[in-house]
Amino acid sequence: MNIPEPFRLLLFLAGTMAFVGLNAAYLVWVERKGAGRFQRRTGPTEVGYAGLLQPIADALKLMSKQLIVPPGVDATLFRLAPLLVLAPAMMCFVTIPFSETLVARNINVGLVMVFSFGSIHVMAIMLGGWASRNKYAIISAARIVSQNVAYEIPMLLVAVTLLMVTGTMNLHEIVQQQAGGFWNWNFFRLTANPLMPVTFVIFYICMLAETNRAPFDMAEAESELVAGAFTEYAGMGFGVFFMAEYANVVIGCSLATVLFFGGWQSPIGVLPGVFWFLLKLYLLVFSVIWVRWTFPRTQFYGLLNLSWKILIPLSLFILVLTSAMMKLF
Amino acid sequence: MPGYIHRMHEKMGENRTYAQFLPNTSRIDYLSAMHYTHAFVGVVERALKLEVPPRAEYIRVVTSELNRISSHLVWFGAFLLDLGGFTPLLYAFDDREKILDLLEGVTGSRLTYCYYRFGGVCNDVDDDFIRGTREFVEMMRPRLKLYRELVTDNIILRKRLENIGPIPAEMCRKYGATGPVIRGAGVPYDVRRMEPYSVYAGLDFEVPTHPEGDCMARYLVRMEEIGQSLRIIEQVLDRLPEGPVLAKAPKTVKLPPGDYCYAVEAARGRFAIRVTSDGKDIPYRVRLRAPSFSNLSLFEEASAGMMLPDALAVMGSLDLVIPDIDR
Amino acid sequence: MKHSPWQIINGFWSLLTGMRITLGQFFKPTVTVQYPHESLKMPSRFRGHIVFVRDPATGNSLCIACKACEKACPSDCIVVDGIKREGEKRKSVTDFKLDFTKCSLCGSCVEVCPTDALEFSRAYNLASTSKEQFHCIDLVQRLETDKK
Repeated sequence: MNIPEPFRLLLFLAGTMAFVGLNAAYLVWVERKGAGRFQRRTGPTEVGYAGLLQPIADALKLMSKQLIVPPGVDATLFRLAPLLVLAPAMMCFVTIPFSETLVARNINVGLVMVFSFGSIHVMAIMLGGWASRNKYAIISAARIVSQNVAYEIPMLLVAVTLLMVTGTMNLHEIVQQQAGGFWNWNFFRLTANPLMPVTFVIFYICMLAETNRAPFDMAEAESELVAGAFTEYAGMGFGVFFMAEYANVVIGCSLATVLFFGGWQSPIGVLPGVFWFLLKLYLLVFSVIWVRWTFPRTQFYGLLNLSWKILIPLSLFILVLTSAMMKLF
Repeated sequence: MPGYIHRMHEKMGENRTYAQFLPNTSRIDYLSAMHYTHAFVGVVERALKLEVPPRAEYIRVVTSELNRISSHLVWFGAFLLDLGGFTPLLYAFDDREKILDLLEGVTGSRLTYCYYRFGGVCNDVDDDFIRGTREFVEMMRPRLKLYRELVTDNIILRKRLENIGPIPAEMCRKYGATGPVIRGAGVPYDVRRMEPYSVYAGLDFEVPTHPEGDCMARYLVRMEEIGQSLRIIEQVLDRLPEGPVLAKAPKTVKLPPGDYCYAVEAARGRFAIRVTSDGKDIPYRVRLRAPSFSNLSLFEEASAGMMLPDALAVMGSLDLVIPDIDR
Repeated sequence: MKHSPWQIINGFWSLLTGMRITLGQFFKPTVTVQYPHESLKMPSRFRGHIVFVRDPATGNSLCIACKACEKACPSDCIVVDGIKREGEKRKSVTDFKLDFTKCSLCGSCVEVCPTDALEFSRAYNLASTSKEQFHCIDLVQRLETDKK
């Protein structure tokens, strides 16, 4: 049906906000239940059936707390940081294709747009840590910035590799190229690049580091730095940072789905649709939760060493290999 | 926070009779309570020259080794929690539940057992305990393999622990550190071998030692100690003789005047008690030599110039229990 | 920090092994007990607070108010009182107050009692809103109420 363009955009705006909001809230539930099951215990069960109302209870608790602005902080930046951290997450969903027809804006440079908006949250955390006027917050914010910068590079190199393989930055077209059975997905496209699964692993690790998830969660290492960059935030300001973390995880996983696993294409070649996209997305999110509850944290210099000394040379090598393969075959 | 849990156990020793001091001994270090009680009943038995029946000796060894395993499991879980891995804590506590259930069936308590008495133990063990302990040993060996695959071989943990926090043997000797700290520096010092007490002289077990002296060495020493404790428990259960479990002790215990000393290998190191008596039924002085205190004192020198996460790893690998430091 | 490719592959494989183990544990049943919806049964030797043993012949307690438990207690929790009634050989107890806030469950009182009048109960889910309920547990009264 033909809905006039402004209304369609408004509908998508509302839908994206709802999607991000629900995900951020209920991924908390999934994480706590998942953590419980990995540890042979049940997660939250008391509030609502199987604890399904737990995120709502948590949100109510956070909203009932006073939004403290400590004296001496930079008031504008302090209040601005939580807003800046959540808004770009919603912007990234503009170009991600949920299905054949369900995409907000089919922009030709969709890939670049997702990466650029996805980097704004680093600036917001830095603002939050800097404005807090607390030495632990500043240390943590500085660590987050250097961690994110270090892991942007392999991520972008992987994106360039994929660009060379697919030839387009339009996410919708990238998904359409992977039509057919699952052997057409970019993950298995070994003719273009025999190390394609390694490329996916590099992308996955970079995504974990970009979103500050374990084992790379130095920023929130409770045993070392209190709550890191978010020490001075109370109530919903604190809640917003954690919602933004889950929103970033969802963006990273949906980007991985679109780039490597065929987006909304089905693995057997029939009945593509939004269902497959969501299934693949949530399997990847489950694996992110799985990784978090299995491994201890790395040290900070170990993290940076991993990026600069292992991932960057590896992704450069893959880039050169892909271009060589494309030239020769 | 050291200093906040000082409960004046040594002063309480001067105000209570020997039998009344027994509950105190469990609470000095409540994670390996049996060893501390063992030291106290040992010092009184040594002074009064009491013969402990062999069945009681073997029961004491079994319960002490189970307590050692449970203490090491707590250390394992808490150490990994500090390093950021939340899951192995719960797996370790699940295993520990089985030990606590076994000991609860025998003694009635889960943490601060008041089980040993002068001349033996207060209750006999029944067949349920023996069968349950054998099942526990059967279950624990594959679990140790699970911990090795999940945690010890993990590259992230190895990067965090290898070559971090070197504590050489000279530093240990300077500060009097004992237990896994000095065994992780290459010195095979174990009170069960150096000053054998109870029936350890006749049991066949190894003292795990690693020469590197870093956090990984201390970690491996403790994991291997769990395996050796399982071996000791099996041998003891095979050799458990029949007989009484409590010898006849005097109703009011009065030590002849003098100094008496007894040392045991607790989970954290060498725990020694020295009782000075002047002939009354209340000791004149009870001196407790706590292993965590000596282990903590070398932290200042060992952690000089270290990064924050590494200092955390070193502190975790020393296995400090604050009640033991403060008494 | 030089890493050979073999070390990197080995390290990555150790991560995958760890993940396989946690996934295995994911599908196993939970080991926790949902207290207070379910409760655990205590073993027979469990040390709850002490209670009187009922004499099967007379239905009263066996305590003779000799105060041996009061002397043996390390924490001074017990206060015993008794009177010698007409026509009886020994004293019988009138008052036995236990201060459970100080009790360390050491068992000295149970062991030292000459008539085995005390035993451990199996009460573990005790909760109250005031200290007084545990400050002064009256064993004589409990024996009376249990009789009914």
